[in-house]
Amino acid sequence: MTADQILFFIFGGISLIGAIAVISFRHPIYSALSLIVTFFSQAGLFVLLGAHFVAAVQVIVYAGAIMVLFLFVIMLLNLGTLSAKGVMTGKLKGIAIVLGILFAAQGIYIAANVFKDTEVGSPEAIERAAALADNPIETYDIGVLLFRDYLLPFEVTSLILLAALIGVIVLVKRENRVEN
Amino acid sequence: MEINLLEQIVIPIIKILFIAHLLIIGVMAMIWSERRVSGWMQDRLGPNRVGPQGLLQPIADGIKFLFKEDLIPNHVDKPLYVLAPAMLLVPAMITIAVVPFGSSITIPGLENPILLQIADINIGILFILAITSLGVYGVVIGAWASNNKYSLLGGLRSSAQMISYELTLGLAIIGVLMLSSSLSLRTIAVEQGAYPWKWNFLIHFPAFLAFTTAMFAETNRLPFDLAEAEQELVAGYHTEYSSMKFAIFFMAEYMNMIVGSAVVVTLFLGGWHFFGLENVGGEGSILAGLISFAIFFIKTGIFLFVFIWVRWTLPRFRYDQLMNFGWKFLLPVTLTSIVVTGTLWVVVKENKQLWIGIGNVVAAFIVVAIVAGMLAMDNNSKSAVQSTPAAAPLRGLDAVE
Repeated sequence: MTADQILFFIFGGISLIGAIAVISFRHPIYSALSLIVTFFSQAGLFVLLGAHFVAAVQVIVYAGAIMVLFLFVIMLLNLGTLSAKGVMTGKLKGIAIVLGILFAAQGIYIAANVFKDTEVGSPEAIERAAALADNPIETYDIGVLLFRDYLLPFEVTSLILLAALIGVIVLVKRENRVEN
Repeated sequence: MEINLLEQIVIPIIKILFIAHLLIIGVMAMIWSERRVSGWMQDRLGPNRVGPQGLLQPIADGIKFLFKEDLIPNHVDKPLYVLAPAMLLVPAMITIAVVPFGSSITIPGLENPILLQIADINIGILFILAITSLGVYGVVIGAWASNNKYSLLGGLRSSAQMISYELTLGLAIIGVLMLSSSLSLRTIAVEQGAYPWKWNFLIHFPAFLAFTTAMFAETNRLPFDLAEAEQELVAGYHTEYSSMKFAIFFMAEYMNMIVGSAVVVTLFLGGWHFFGLENVGGEGSILAGLISFAIFFIKTGIFLFVFIWVRWTLPRFRYDQLMNFGWKFLLPVTLTSIVVTGTLWVVVKENKQLWIGIGNVVAAFIVVAIVAGMLAMDNNSKSAVQSTPAAAPLRGLDAVE
């Protein structure tokens, strides 16, 4: 095994353990922290694929910004530990089972169709990953893609975000007026 | 993939050990100089009993912290309470990995010259932003796990402040990145060259001020230390911490300062360059390497002195002042700086750096004047509509949101 492969299994393992921990912990703070662990090790996987910029953005946006807001909400609402029974009762349980089966079916379908030609860990797959890691995607390339080749979709996305931003401000302002 | 044992493993490990220890010694030196300088500024002596000039005082403090009872209060969330100091210390330590602390040394017999830097990665500055953004967890988790209202208030204040000023921190460097067209800290330092009038702090003066201010806020130093405002919050997020755990919080704060100063020196103050002095003895020689390291060291030290200087000179901001300053002054100034730098870069054909430097300062003045005018008008209309005394605290709440 090369160093890259060892690192892949370390990062992949940690991110799986983190993901399982998210749904296993009964306290929301612990779940949120496990999710950060998962995001962070996924950034490690991006680095292994030579996508350094994506890795940094993954940490800045997901681990650094979004999860802080999650933690804020959990702390300010002072959510306690879930009871032993959990939240899955009655109708919710039925819905959960149906959705779970659908999700599993999707997973199996994808696994069967996408991975059937390239066995995971096959020589070609390793070669391709190594080629990616040797030629890191430069930030320059991403800039060219975003601001030249895909300029219109990029601008449309930013408009959508702007709309959301304005929406938030309007909502917050309205609440203030009632208080005053 | 062949691994060259000496170049790929031994030398990096030596570099890492050297820098990590330098950082810890730097923390001790900072604690000593902070106390001595504050003593000097307040016309008293400061610690001068342990060792010559009190130099061994930090070691005595460290020993005291280590031998104190490691107290864990009963009401805390134990795993997170123990984890929090480490969550603050680790990001503080690993950001130094991408900061170049000198030029390079060529040693005959080795394939590549030894870079005086642990890792020269091509997204260096993004790496620093990413890792510093993780530092906020140590504060939030420590505050929450302490299960104490003062801690929680301190933690919330601190994290709101860190998130707000992180934006300024990120936006202030964009002008610098545009001119050097690289994210690697080494390239940015090399691009600035040997002479101070070509360094970024003149070309991007408003961004330099904004970045420095935001860094003060990020490190929770006065005048932005609302998170541990003694008069209001006991000691803020580390109220419940004692002995070595408290010391780790303290160390992390000082490490953040050291790394922050090193980053400012690299981005804005020309890194290890100083009038060509860094090339004495020929480029790549051991002497030149050592001199470049010394220059970087001295520049960082001077900047750290500014940290101490400001702390013992300025009073603390009020919370709404802090938020207003960050969102209504620093953020517009940095955003304008980006637009001005980009526009002038395309429009101006000759003396680009000079014109960008002038344009940035002029634009910053205009923005500050506009914002100040708008705030004054806003205040006037508010006081005209609501003349009740209750209006004042409400404005503070507006700022929080």
